[in-house]
Amino acid sequence: MKTTRAICPVLEESGADLIELGIPFSDPQADGPAIQASGQRSLKAGTTLASVLELAGSLKGRLTVPLVLMGYVNPILQYGWERFARDAAEAGVSGVIVPDLPFDEGEGFYETLEREGMEGILMVAPNSSEERLKEAGRRARGFAYCVSLLGTTGTGKDLYGDMDSYLGRVRRHFTVPLAVGFGIDGPERAGRAAAHADGIVVGSAIVRLMEKYGGDEKRLSDEVRRFVGSLKTAIRAQAPQG
Amino acid sequence: MKADPAFQAELTQLLRRYSGRPTPLTFAERLTAHLGGAKIYLKREDLNHTGAHKINNALGQALVARRLGKRRIIAETGAGQHGVAAATAAARFGLECRVFMGVEDMRRQALNVDRMRILGASVVPVTSGSRTLKDATNEAIRDWVANVEDTHYIIGSVVGPHPYPALVRDFQRVIGDEVRRQVLEEEGRLPDVLVACVGGGSNAIGLFAPFIGDKSVRLVGVEAAGKGIETGSHAATLTGGRTGILHGCRSYLLQDADGQVTEAYSISAGLDYPGVGPEHSFLMETGRAEYTSATDTEALEAFALLSRLEGIIPALESSHALAEVIRSAPGLPKETLVVANLSGRGDKDMDSVRDYFTKGAEAR
Repeated sequence: MKTTRAICPVLEESGADLIELGIPFSDPQADGPAIQASGQRSLKAGTTLASVLELAGSLKGRLTVPLVLMGYVNPILQYGWERFARDAAEAGVSGVIVPDLPFDEGEGFYETLEREGMEGILMVAPNSSEERLKEAGRRARGFAYCVSLLGTTGTGKDLYGDMDSYLGRVRRHFTVPLAVGFGIDGPERAGRAAAHADGIVVGSAIVRLMEKYGGDEKRLSDEVRRFVGSLKTAIRAQAPQG
Repeated sequence: MKADPAFQAELTQLLRRYSGRPTPLTFAERLTAHLGGAKIYLKREDLNHTGAHKINNALGQALVARRLGKRRIIAETGAGQHGVAAATAAARFGLECRVFMGVEDMRRQALNVDRMRILGASVVPVTSGSRTLKDATNEAIRDWVANVEDTHYIIGSVVGPHPYPALVRDFQRVIGDEVRRQVLEEEGRLPDVLVACVGGGSNAIGLFAPFIGDKSVRLVGVEAAGKGIETGSHAATLTGGRTGILHGCRSYLLQDADGQVTEAYSISAGLDYPGVGPEHSFLMETGRAEYTSATDTEALEAFALLSRLEGIIPALESSHALAEVIRSAPGLPKETLVVANLSGRGDKDMDSVRDYFTKGAEAR
């Protein structure tokens, strides 16, 4: 938690336009080995949804970029929809990503977020049907989280073959910006993903840096700056026209 | 496919000529006399090919996979019975098969690991989380999303995202359909009580499904109380859990105050799952079915008693249902008809029970 608190401002300084904080869960089905292990470490250290909200609150005023929470549905359900939305808004959270809660499930969860002034960020995948894309596009807030591949986070698997037509399909149904995430492990893939999108999401690669250099805050900050800087350079070189 | 007569005909043929259905309904004469109460019948799912009811679902879903044009199937397994059933169905249809199994379960059920490998499946050891069934299910879901284009996921119980709970129930319903026919033939009337063990709950739903509309038939599900509900070491989700969401379904769930899923425990690896089929939650909340539990010790005693009295070695999972029959039958009138689902045979459990019985023999 201490390392996370320290690294968020560094991410912003290095050029991150938005910061996603993960809420650990015992069974993170959309995540690969890096985020699974970080979740296990975090739970072992006693992290709860309440302490993540507290961490978010402690970053209020220290960040100018939006802070987004990402977490699986069950801990949020147990905490309570209303209570979660109220406390997250109070902590200065701008948006929430719940990968295992489809937009048409959850008995008003996404509406509750909206009432509290937050954005429920929806995910789409290369195999999402036109019908689902259309409905998600109608309900989308903030940005669309476009999963870059068929699979989980951080496994080394490459981006979906035809990103151009995939994101073209998404764009026909969405008015919000498109961010591509999953599998972006460095500048090369960041560049390729950014060529078709408005933003990219990088998770496992940052988590791995935190795992590797977590004991040495100075070194970690340097590595994160260097890594995020290299992503930004790659993205600028690929920015979509118009 | 459900409404397609050609699909149903193919499935029926397969269940008859390959798995050996219909399975018998056996009157447990000596057990009935021993308990001195209700008349007890056993539905013999243990006599299926591969030794448990799991093959009903595996064959059905393998047909689904073939119709969907998938060349590869994956499955999760706890005790290994579903893994063996999936590997068997894959071999029968020439499909590639990968089975995810927690390393802890691979150790407890080494014989079934060998069976799966002999059948040509690859068994993937799962080392994440608690290294048991729920983690194997996580890994299967991860594999599925990565390979969904050519892969069908044969989930082993009435859990997971829609439409799996309904799909698996429909494939297991053959158990209850046969029981209905067989009891009417033997006794000329419907049974009074149906008893089945509940982990995820597929054999229980399969038995209950055709009787849900018959209000005179009591439906009793038996969960694994492990070392006792009060110890926290159990797998009795409906008795000791509360509503949550895991693996794409909302149902009762074993979890801590923060919504983290906790580890289930039972001597029987097949009941060792922290969730339960959503239809069971529904049947409990509406009061249509009753749910109780049996401890490891009660299950082991039932295991021993049935073996000695009837010459049938039951699976440890099914022994939980028998434990409830042993508890309740003596207090019921002799004309009461009880059907217990003997969901599997106990050959796979020799390693688990050996310790208990050798220690017991020394104590005696």
